[in-house]
Amino acid sequence: MSRAALWLCLVAVLAGAVVLAGLNLAVPEGASLHVSTYVVSLAGKYLCFAILALALDLVWGFAGILSLGHAAFFALGGYAMGMYLMREIGPRGVYGNAILPDFMVFLNWKELPWYWHGFDNPGFALLMAIAVPGVLALVFGWLAFRSRVSGVYLSIITQALTYALLLAFFRNDMGFGGNNGLTDFKDIVGFDLHADATRDGLLLLTAVMLALMLVVARFVVTSRFGKVLIAVRDSESRTRFLGYRPERYKLFVFVLSAVMCGIGGALYVPQIGIINPSEFSPANSIEAVIWVAVGGRGTLVGAILGAVLVNFGKTIFTGALPELWLFALGALFILVTLLLPNGVLGLFGKRGRKP
Amino acid sequence: MRRPHADTLLYLNGVSVSFDGFKALNALSLVVEKGEMRAVIGPNGAGKTTMMDVITGKTRPDEGDVVFGEDVDLTKLDEPAIAALGIGRKFQKPTVFEPHSVWDNLLLALAGDRRPRFTLWARETGEERDKIEEILTTIRLADLRHTRSGDLSHGQKQWLEIGMLLAQEPQLLLVDEPVAGMTDAETAQTADLLREINRTRSVVVVEHDMDFVRALGVKVTVLHEGSVLSEGNLDHVSADPKVIEVYLGR
Repeated sequence: MSRAALWLCLVAVLAGAVVLAGLNLAVPEGASLHVSTYVVSLAGKYLCFAILALALDLVWGFAGILSLGHAAFFALGGYAMGMYLMREIGPRGVYGNAILPDFMVFLNWKELPWYWHGFDNPGFALLMAIAVPGVLALVFGWLAFRSRVSGVYLSIITQALTYALLLAFFRNDMGFGGNNGLTDFKDIVGFDLHADATRDGLLLLTAVMLALMLVVARFVVTSRFGKVLIAVRDSESRTRFLGYRPERYKLFVFVLSAVMCGIGGALYVPQIGIINPSEFSPANSIEAVIWVAVGGRGTLVGAILGAVLVNFGKTIFTGALPELWLFALGALFILVTLLLPNGVLGLFGKRGRKP
Repeated sequence: MRRPHADTLLYLNGVSVSFDGFKALNALSLVVEKGEMRAVIGPNGAGKTTMMDVITGKTRPDEGDVVFGEDVDLTKLDEPAIAALGIGRKFQKPTVFEPHSVWDNLLLALAGDRRPRFTLWARETGEERDKIEEILTTIRLADLRHTRSGDLSHGQKQWLEIGMLLAQEPQLLLVDEPVAGMTDAETAQTADLLREINRTRSVVVVEHDMDFVRALGVKVTVLHEGSVLSEGNLDHVSADPKVIEVYLGR
């Protein structure tokens, strides 16, 4: 990834968000330049997905870990944020219970489960949005990488991980709202979630976080650590004979990547207004892999571009021909694999997949 | 069996390894002295690669002692720990990190802190640059320092890999078929290179090419079916009737 591409991407993300938010807020409704709140939320969603894609590219593109369960970390971050937003509703719920979220009252629960405590504090919720995916990735990665599980086998167990979480979160007695998940949010740190300004603020915040993570990821992959990581990706056993411990390198990026996903998920939920177990569905994680492949694996910028392009296509396509979207997505993946092994970024410059 | 003494660098005693009933190594014993260069020959399946795997920690022996230096038990350590002790290994097929430049390959191989918390913040030091320059001269790749190593010729990759071994500053180098697929000129240069390296370190070379072994002019160990068949200089082992029968006579 060249320096120019990095800057171009940073400027595009930040300026794009500022322009959209500005046109939404400053230009009156009905004017030709007005950007609707729907579009602002849509852009926010794309950028959250771009965070997921960026995090996935870090592990897949640079460490060769093809995770097919990365959306699980994203969803866990989303649930942490969702729990805060539920607690924030307070007595304004349908049942008017100041402590218990509506679904708990409906299930006849008498008190808040222990793991819901503390989520009335947004700082604590944010901490959990980072810590829960991070700790899960740490434990999972430590077990997998230490046992030298890699390649297809690793992909399969990541898929199993997200599927297991999907089933668990579907259960009502887990205490996360079961099938319906968490929704009906009212406001976030005192700002009304239905207000345009709040939506604009969330979009800007997402753009800033994405830019920040891109800079961090770029720092990691261009450092000597990143060079070792690429060496591990291409020839793991060789790095061992050089005295490196590949499992530590993989574990570090895997946890970093999961934390990024958690933050992405936490930003996603207030903009979408709901989090439910379907976010854990294996297809979501596989879609994220396609975004990265389309944009250009191992380029960071490509992952962001791929996430935005494919999701834009999805919005258009599902509006026009909803039943055909999955076929289109599958065809896209096959075409990109066959014709553009370096993704869309591979079309520019000689080498899209620069180390 | 004698215990390792002060001049012994590597000591293998009664090492056996079997895979699904097949005895890859059968009570193999081998002693390499400090500063020695040793050539190991033997037909396919004689156990040459398994021997390297045991020494470098990739394979654990079922029985036997593998001792490095005075008293380090290599059977208890894994690959990175053994590499850190000072045993470097060059593979049969050249394995350099193809997306990286020649320079970066050497940088990654340089002896130093291998922990992520170090490499994440590490900056190239003047000392590191000097060492890389020195190695580039030794392996004759100084003009190609910025070349992507995947774009090097086969022979150049072999040298780069030898350079990476040097950068590790090992006490013992294990070199698996260094001249396979090389031109005659490259083979001669490689023999010079190994002799140069041998001035400061011990080297074990596994090789099929008899002319190359002759050019090295060192003590030869002949392996057969996982144990030592004969040992001595090349003329001595070539004259050994057992060796003629299983290997050279064919």
